[in-house]
Amino acid sequence: MSESFNIEIVNPEKSFLSKDNVSEVVVPAFEGEIGILKDHISIISLLKPGIVKVITGSEEENYYVEDGIVEFKNNSLSILTSYIFNIKNAEKNQISNFIEEAEKELSKNEIDDQNKFLLNHKLEVLKSLSFN
Amino acid sequence: MPSLDDLRKRITSVKSTQKITKAMKMVAAAKLRKSQESAERGRPYSEKMNNVILNLSSGISDKESAPKLLVGTGNDKVHLCIVLTADRGLCGGFNTNIIKKAKNYFRKILSEEKTLKIITVGSKGYDQLKRQYKNYIVEKISFKESKNANYFDASKVGNLIIEKFNNNEFDVCAIFYNKFKNVITQIPQEQQIIPLNSEEKESDTKSENSFEFEPDEDEILYNLLPKNISTQIFKAMLENSASEQGSRMTAMDNATRNAGELVDKLTIQYNRSRQAAITKELIEIISGAESL
Repeated sequence: MSESFNIEIVNPEKSFLSKDNVSEVVVPAFEGEIGILKDHISIISLLKPGIVKVITGSEEENYYVEDGIVEFKNNSLSILTSYIFNIKNAEKNQISNFIEEAEKELSKNEIDDQNKFLLNHKLEVLKSLSFN
Repeated sequence: MPSLDDLRKRITSVKSTQKITKAMKMVAAAKLRKSQESAERGRPYSEKMNNVILNLSSGISDKESAPKLLVGTGNDKVHLCIVLTADRGLCGGFNTNIIKKAKNYFRKILSEEKTLKIITVGSKGYDQLKRQYKNYIVEKISFKESKNANYFDASKVGNLIIEKFNNNEFDVCAIFYNKFKNVITQIPQEQQIIPLNSEEKESDTKSENSFEFEPDEDEILYNLLPKNISTQIFKAMLENSASEQGSRMTAMDNATRNAGELVDKLTIQYNRSRQAAITKELIEIISGAESL
């Protein structure tokens, strides 16, 4: 496939996912979602909590990421994240645990606006997951 | 000359010690494989992280406004040393080697009349350092409860460091740990994490392709550098745990062998003195018979 490129997702414990035939990846960048195709310009971006969509041909896989950074260079994409899971394998109660935690964090008084925004966003994403 | 009974007891006791060291060796070997794997699996993350930071910092045009975590406070007065050791002993020179390396550094700092602050991670390091450097130790951390090195623990240490840095409690931060080379060789390492080592920065990747940043470089760096600290700590912890098991395995292997040698020696001694006793008895009987 000529329109494909490499992806590697790593978390601190291990290399989470490595593929060389993805055709499109959508990442939840800080200022909105970015779709990356082959020959995208080199980019480094921060991620906010959200869903990474990896499209390989006709297959589509979705992963939830907590945070991280994405780097695209010479048609290889690396995503560094501290926490990631495959939405397909996620358990309901695990997600609801996360929601609870985020809500607890949000109810604290001394958080700044940026954190507040991130947490709200995280809640939104997580909630949309748990309804599926 | 110990009696036969004493010798027999001694042989039994050495044999049971040998059994223990052998068991410890096998446990260490099993653990080693696991921690070696996780050390290797953890490497891509820290390497990638380093690469990204390199790319970012080469993209920064204005060095003055660069985040302090990257370029330092500009001072070189207060040094914070993170000494990462094991929580358990009986692993050969593992802990001692780190401590030795760290002590060298401490002496250098103190002779230059700079302020020294120490954080020990792992109880053995604290035990060895408290005698000489008790007044300098600001914090001791131990992760005895957690079985394996995990990122959560590492980020706890990382956050502590960043908190201290933001409170202007130190200027330079270095970590000490053992790098796992192979089962017999572990190299004690001294690594400066704040500010990031400038030599490394220059020698590595002169990337000519420019990146697009979103949001801008400063903000990414601002978010990424604290994570990098935790990542470096985590890497050190992984390397350390692999080294610890490797070192213990070699130490216990040696101990087992030495115990084996001792058993052989004692057995020979035991047989000889038994034979001597028999001969003595025979002589007594014969000379008694002759005198009749």
